[in-house]
Amino acid sequence: MADVTLTVDDKKITAPAGTLLIEACKSVGIEIPSFCYYPGLSLQGACRMCVVKIEKMPKLQTACTTVVTEGMIVATDNDEVRQARKAMVEMLLGNHPLDCPVCDAGGECELQDMAFSYGASESKFIEAKNHKEEQQWSPVVYFDRPRCILCYRCVRVCGEGMDVWALGVQNRGVSSIIAPNEKDHLECEECGMCIDICPVGALTSGAYRYKTRPWEMNHVGTICTHCGDGCKTTLGVRRCDTGMEIVRGDNRDKSGINNDFLCIKGRYAFDFAHHKERLTQPLIRKNGKLTPATWEEAFELIGKRFREIRDEVRDHDGGSAIGVIGSNRTTNEENYLLSKFARVVLKTNNVDHHRTADFPALAAALHGKPGKTASMREVLNAPAILLLGNDPTNQHPLLAWQIRTNVRLRRAKLYVINSAPIKLRRQAAGFGMVPAGAEAKAVAFLAGDDSLLDSLLDSKASDSMTRDAWIGLRDKIRAEQNMVIAFGSELRGHDIEKLVSFASTLTGAKLICLGDYANSRGASEMGLYPDLLPGYEPIASADKFQKEWGNLPAEKGLSLPEMVEAAKAGKLKALYAVGSNPVGRLGIDPFVFSKSFVVVQDMFLTETATIADVVLPAANAYEKTGTYTNTCGDLQLVKKAGEVTNTKPDFEMMVRIADAMGSDVSGLVPFGSGTHSDMGQTRGAQSGEADSHAVWLEAHNLEPKMTPFDPMAILDEIQRVVAGYHVSRVNLLAGNDQHLEIAESGASAIQNPELIVPANDDLFSSGTLGRYSKTLNSVFENKSADAEVAAD
Amino acid sequence: MKFSDEFEARFTEMLTHYPTRRSALVPTLLYAQDEVGSLSDEVIEELARRLDLTELEVRNVISYYSMLTTKPRGKYNVQVCTNIACMLRGGEELLDHCKKKLGVGHKGTTQDGLFSLEEVECIGACSWAPAVQVNYDFHENLTKEKMDQVLDEYKKKLNH
Ligand code: SF4
Ligand code: SF4
Ligand code: SF4
Ligand code: FES
Ligand code: FES
Repeated sequence: MADVTLTVDDKKITAPAGTLLIEACKSVGIEIPSFCYYPGLSLQGACRMCVVKIEKMPKLQTACTTVVTEGMIVATDNDEVRQARKAMVEMLLGNHPLDCPVCDAGGECELQDMAFSYGASESKFIEAKNHKEEQQWSPVVYFDRPRCILCYRCVRVCGEGMDVWALGVQNRGVSSIIAPNEKDHLECEECGMCIDICPVGALTSGAYRYKTRPWEMNHVGTICTHCGDGCKTTLGVRRCDTGMEIVRGDNRDKSGINNDFLCIKGRYAFDFAHHKERLTQPLIRKNGKLTPATWEEAFELIGKRFREIRDEVRDHDGGSAIGVIGSNRTTNEENYLLSKFARVVLKTNNVDHHRTADFPALAAALHGKPGKTASMREVLNAPAILLLGNDPTNQHPLLAWQIRTNVRLRRAKLYVINSAPIKLRRQAAGFGMVPAGAEAKAVAFLAGDDSLLDSLLDSKASDSMTRDAWIGLRDKIRAEQNMVIAFGSELRGHDIEKLVSFASTLTGAKLICLGDYANSRGASEMGLYPDLLPGYEPIASADKFQKEWGNLPAEKGLSLPEMVEAAKAGKLKALYAVGSNPVGRLGIDPFVFSKSFVVVQDMFLTETATIADVVLPAANAYEKTGTYTNTCGDLQLVKKAGEVTNTKPDFEMMVRIADAMGSDVSGLVPFGSGTHSDMGQTRGAQSGEADSHAVWLEAHNLEPKMTPFDPMAILDEIQRVVAGYHVSRVNLLAGNDQHLEIAESGASAIQNPELIVPANDDLFSSGTLGRYSKTLNSVFENKSADAEVAAD
Repeated sequence: MKFSDEFEARFTEMLTHYPTRRSALVPTLLYAQDEVGSLSDEVIEELARRLDLTELEVRNVISYYSMLTTKPRGKYNVQVCTNIACMLRGGEELLDHCKKKLGVGHKGTTQDGLFSLEEVECIGACSWAPAVQVNYDFHENLTKEKMDQVLDEYKKKLNH
């Protein structure tokens, strides 16, 4: 749009026509105070804090609702304006309890800030203040009515932003109040957006209220450890008896891909870290019972047994006697190290993880075709979005938020094809309901196979579409340009290949494959597969890694179900499960492993840990440093925030085990400086040849890492050798997300689609981890209690 | 839930008056209240469904208008104006009188369910202040004695 020029406080400024005055001022550093205005939400004009003087207009105007016009002359801070604002603050304080000393928002309250700026310390009001005790509206949401300044931000973010519409305004005038949808409580998605957006301490969270003061915490921006979307969450931490306690999660700096958004999990479900069942001591099975032991004892035992099993069976079984299962929540560095440790130290390709989406199929289909995947940020701006399968509202809350926001603010066209009437249909320009399992057929139909149309018509669904409606929907979808296509685990293997080839017939279409956990994509990319190495390099053509890592077992290894079979047949002598609970999550009979030597690294005594011979207490992703790759392929930095004494990151434990097995640790983790022959050797260089890692570090202005426990050393190696990961380190460290190019990956390999087991988590569950979150459990119980009442 | 045919006819007609369904809410609430006596949970649920609103939205609107009520009132709702014109001409005394006579306070309902009492703002009858509105009927230029007569007549009405 054309620019208009106006004068603000004697400064000439320009802004695109249609810009709100408050935004135009902000863009040149003039801050206009506001309570009810919130970018992206509908205009309210309720608080009148933003009043300014505009020449030729008789009264003060609200800058949050006034659009800039050519030649406008504005004063934002003259006596008249200041007087008006002061009066507004005085009015607000007239009914405010001023209990700042005990208020959660104290120290970061917008009303305090305004009172500070405009100093309404005297009041003409002598009336008694309206008082009402605080109310608990849900396990998460509390309301302190007297503190509310009626800005209606909460009402709008819940309705417009979340599409939940659980908050309303009742009564009028001085007796106006914010009210929850179920009279005295809330029935909602418990996202806490209303709490976060509240400028004062009227809405507070069960997790944080009365726990601490904002200035007593340190704040660490890291990535949420729950779903695969990769929201940035700023964790407020405080010293406690057992290390560092996480007391709060929010996203105040809005620097992440999620901007303002967090769902209940990112905001509140960090409490598993201090669950009373958290393991803080290694356990060794003695006389049939898991018994506390020292770290030295544990590492020594594991080192000895792993080594015996490896060396004993190498003669006849060829490395097939050890199985390794990785995690969807450990960092890329840990996943890479585990993949390498298995192949280089344990000499096995029996590596797998709980697969929730078919990333290898995407990599295979996009091999050598750059620019075909979308980042999470792109979902916010794409002119059109096609959603195939999945239920983002429950399984990918950030994705759902991006989609809703895009539809609301930029009028993106959303097309939904699903076997259930998922909530996002409410934003959809086209919704095609298909029978369960027919998503792949829908793709084939979109691509032009009319013979499949009949199989899309759902005779059971009352709102089933007609043939013509399907053809109409297809025409619309095909006409879209620069569309983002997000697909769930309903599509696997060759179906993904077909989708990719359909997408390539559209102009500018980009794909997103939806996996379930925080680092599912990372687990995939770092090679936690029996037949794939990091960067989707097939084992069969492993030259690159032969050179980097040294001798690798040549045969492809066992998948998870094959390991179970091998265990049944007595051939799997050892199982090493890092941060995963296959027994609990995949319904594996625990007795299968009774003859194997089982080592589990986890936070809790999970179903898998209970049958282990050694259990090592692990740190979680909030307690360590590394990187995560979200489901779109955006790489982000994970930073250490919390700490529980006597737990260790999985990274360190792997290195310690390798050491206890007598392996040369420097061959596993590139650390130390210099180019002495040993370091070069272990990295595949010929004696005397330059150390390729050192050369790379130098070229990238990076220092060699000093200890083998520094995950950044492996990040160096990942960036050097894993295709697509060569993004800017500075950007990464600055906390920015960077989209990776999957097209650069290896040729990948089509996997057995049955190996994918969707987590089917909803908003209030999160795999094994979710069971140890008090917040998630309390919401869960609350919901089921409600359900029972309704059934009476 | 079931409404009378008359209500249904009005409701259908009302929908044709507005560009969006939700706009019909306020008049519909009034009709429903007149018919049912109050805006019960059941009524709220039904109207929310019919007008594509959440129950919360319907409650928000009800709470805004003092003429709408979620609690059952007496058969005759005595609304005494105490706004400026009526106040100057004895509205407040009239209200006190009614309180004593009916034995209930502001927004109270007599035990027999016959009368409820309410102090209201200007009802637009200032020229004939003090004024009282009972359901939809106006009574003007009132004194305590006249007020008694009015109340007695309503009582009698019931006995017929
Ligand atoms: S927690 Fe989220 S869904 Fe619930 S009322 Fe607040 S904004 Fe709405
Ligand atoms: S509760 Fe908070 S966000 Fe909601 S209206 Fe009151 S002050 Fe504003
Ligand atoms: S949407 Fe996903 S990544 Fe974001 S806060 Fe929720 S669980 Fe965490
Ligand atoms: S910010 Fe402009 S009226 Fe509230
Ligand atoms: S003041 Fe009572 S009717 Fe107007």
